[in-house]
Amino acid sequence: MLSESLKAKFEEIIARYPLKRSAIVPLLMFGQDEIGYVSDELIEEVARAVGVPAIEVIEDVGYYSMLHRQPIGKYNLQVCTNVSCMLRGGEAIFAHCSKRLGIGHKQTTPDGLFSLEEVECIGACCGAPAMQVNYDYYENLTPAKVDQLIDQLREAHRNLGSGTGE
Amino acid sequence: MAETRSSVSLTIDGKTVHVPPGTLLIEAAKQAGIEVPSFCYYPGLSLQGACRMCLVSIEKMPKMQTACTTVVTNGMVVRTDTDEVKNARKAMLEFVLTNHPLDCPVCDKGGECELQDMVFRYGAAETRFLEPKLHEEERKFSSLVYYDRPRCILCYRCIRVCDEGMDVNAYGIGFRGVHSEIIPNRDGRLECEECGACIDICPVGALTSGTYRYKTRPWELTYTGTICNHCGDGCKTTLSVRNNQIIRANNRDHSGVNGEFLCVKGRFGWDFVHHDQRLASPLIRQNASQHPATWEQALEMTAERLQAILTERGPNAVAVIGSNRTTNEESYLLQRFARAVLGTNHIDHHRTADFSSLVRALTEAGAADRYATMEDIFRASSILLIGNDPTHQHPLVAYQIRQAVRQHSASLYVINSAAIKLALRQAKLFLKVPPRREVDVIRVLAGGGEAPDLAEGGSQAITALRDRLRQETDTVIIFGDEIRGGGVAELVRWGLSLPGRTRFVALGDYANSRGAADMGLLPATLPGYQPLADAAARSRYESAWGASIPAEPGKDLRSILSAIDAGSLKALLVFGSNPLKTFRLDQSVLSKLSFLMVAELFPTETAAMADVVLPAASFAEKSGTVTNTCGQVQALKKTMRRAGTRSDFEIICALARLMGANWRYRSAEDVLREIIAHVPGYAVPLPSLLVGRAVATQPRGLPPLLEDSNLVFSSRDSLFTSGTVSRYSWALNSVDEAKRPYGHIF
Ligand code: SF4
Ligand code: SF4
Ligand code: SF4
Ligand code: FES
Ligand code: FES
Repeated sequence: MLSESLKAKFEEIIARYPLKRSAIVPLLMFGQDEIGYVSDELIEEVARAVGVPAIEVIEDVGYYSMLHRQPIGKYNLQVCTNVSCMLRGGEAIFAHCSKRLGIGHKQTTPDGLFSLEEVECIGACCGAPAMQVNYDYYENLTPAKVDQLIDQLREAHRNLGSGTGE
Repeated sequence: MAETRSSVSLTIDGKTVHVPPGTLLIEAAKQAGIEVPSFCYYPGLSLQGACRMCLVSIEKMPKMQTACTTVVTNGMVVRTDTDEVKNARKAMLEFVLTNHPLDCPVCDKGGECELQDMVFRYGAAETRFLEPKLHEEERKFSSLVYYDRPRCILCYRCIRVCDEGMDVNAYGIGFRGVHSEIIPNRDGRLECEECGACIDICPVGALTSGTYRYKTRPWELTYTGTICNHCGDGCKTTLSVRNNQIIRANNRDHSGVNGEFLCVKGRFGWDFVHHDQRLASPLIRQNASQHPATWEQALEMTAERLQAILTERGPNAVAVIGSNRTTNEESYLLQRFARAVLGTNHIDHHRTADFSSLVRALTEAGAADRYATMEDIFRASSILLIGNDPTHQHPLVAYQIRQAVRQHSASLYVINSAAIKLALRQAKLFLKVPPRREVDVIRVLAGGGEAPDLAEGGSQAITALRDRLRQETDTVIIFGDEIRGGGVAELVRWGLSLPGRTRFVALGDYANSRGAADMGLLPATLPGYQPLADAAARSRYESAWGASIPAEPGKDLRSILSAIDAGSLKALLVFGSNPLKTFRLDQSVLSKLSFLMVAELFPTETAAMADVVLPAASFAEKSGTVTNTCGQVQALKKTMRRAGTRSDFEIICALARLMGANWRYRSAEDVLREIIAHVPGYAVPLPSLLVGRAVATQPRGLPPLLEDSNLVFSSRDSLFTSGTVSRYSWALNSVDEAKRPYGHIF
């Protein structure tokens, strides 16, 4: 069951578009933020809310790499390796994250805390190399800054209460 | 041809072409005899513009254009034969082949593949892509549909035919770029009608059939155009046969009443023909069990036992039950055999629609031209559907209705006790009524009056429907077994009183239920709906047959069964019917018979009780004609042989001969000639039938009123069932969807 607040959000978003189906992607994003990933139920609910067969929603989920069909880490490190970042060491940043966390592209640490992804330009070229952690941006990265960030995130998680994950 | 206001003129490769405004360039080129290659373009489906194979150059346009999405304009100058165009085609094909495995030697489609043809005609001989090709394993979407991603050229035809043709919406495109692929609706599996239209329409070997894959090559097959033997819609189908085995069915040339349509039963459900429980030898009961016998023994025993009972008890002790699936010729002969050889009118069949009452009502009203054909359903501007669930029971009728609504905005009105798919998805107005109250709605529609509790929405809803129908100009009224007897008369009377033109279709279950009624497998009706009580009609057949017909009307099927139970009826002949199951009889009833003969394909419940069982030929093993539920006659063509079996035609002729009749039919065609000459309404042109056309009939006659409304009932087969026969189809039982409850909406 989707929460009441999410359902209200759905209605509000759908009302913004002249064509209901235009709301599919935003609905999925908000749904994913609440649930953690795109569940079967979320797909059905979105399809019903905008009045299309479920397969049309499934098509969108496959198309957009920011939508996940499985639960991912609490912190999703999306490292840009597109042109600007690549020229300023983005690939080394990605390799460093991978080594430090012990996971590769689209993988999650066993404790469920971190996921890693290599992504295309995130529109932060002026601060290249850049990465996005969930919705927050971190720019002008170096391996040392990455280490610091990972430590901070771990710390933040610990302070939030022992491992509830939420 | 001079240019008129309603035509556009343009030049293609120097040829001047005149076409109606709105014509697509690709179609205009076709008219001029110029081929513009295409993959994604498909007449009847929405435009996709996905493959870029159809690029042409148009004067004054800076870039080449896709001919499949460009509408012609006056004075357009088009070239399809320039180097630029030729190079574009080469480049597009090079692209299409980037990840294509070129496994033609093992691919099902090899030999009839549009990509092969296209590369052969327009392709470059080499490629500039040297990278390894992306590979994906083949996937099983269902037991009948497989998907081979590397072969897919992403033309979207499968998606569109499922959305727009079937209204099932089972496919989508997953992922993107080189990883794009066709995805089914349920986690890698299909949940759909399993019609196989997507396999048929796929230009390459990406979607393959669970029953055909890796079995053969198309040039090793022989092809025979015949008619599907399942529901009453009469789809034309081409059976592909190798070594006396059917391997595939599709309507290869898209001719006939169904174009390219076939449902799951037509496309896959023919496999019962090869089932290993097919009866292969006659059986004779000795003591308690049935034993194999020769045809001569079985036929002679039947004739002797019949003769003995006739001598001892007279013709009133003998009855015959005919089939909804055998040919017109066989049904005609069977009633001739009963009436003129056995001397009894105790002959009937399981009536699944009240065709007789429709003929009677239209004839009484002087409106015998108001039968609608399958084509008329598609062309009508409005359709009123009363009862039935065509999506399950009449897949082609449902398809025609959907296409009428989609392609020219026909208005669909539905009166039904269930929220059937057509009511939910296509109907302009849906009147939901309590079960068995459909006919009451007709009464209110016709006579006015109040019926607040009759339909959801009360009297207002009925009034609204009446008002809408009165504004329509061309309505086809389609009804199921919910309307029968007097109800049909009321419906016809009211329908004909509407201001616009109205035509009618009664929906009956199996491949030849209409033919069974047309041919007089009825106790008080002669072929062509001529009443037995009419002495003139009787004497016409008497002189044609050189024998007399008893004047006393026979017993209908339920009366036959109760007479057996009462002990007054002693011998029963059953052809292609399973009354024990259809009429939910207790075995003890049939065991009161002195003699039971059953001609059948399978050891059915009824056959198991018989004294003589005769293994009959199936639809694939004989020729003849069948008449679909709309009254369109089509030819069945013999496709193969089955050792040990004989057609009902041969069986009936042999019995007649053994019982002293002097019949001179050498083939079913001789019987057809007699039908054409003597049965009113059946003067169909033989050549049209033989070239595979559907010939509409318009019967005229005043058959007696329906004896008992319980005589008419549909078996309510689903998309995946077809009476007893479907039990013996691997394909129809293999799909998960077959386990869904009746009426499930896919
Ligand atoms: S088989 Fe299923 S997926 Fe294919 S066209 Fe038919 S309904 Fe659609
Ligand atoms: S599976 Fe066949 S019909 Fe469907 S997109 Fe691929 S090539 Fe076209
Ligand atoms: S719609 Fe009827 S006639 Fe046509 S393929 Fe299906 S079962 Fe056969
Ligand atoms: S290239 Fe990395 S943010 Fe634009
Ligand atoms: S046929 Fe025109 S783009 Fe595919």
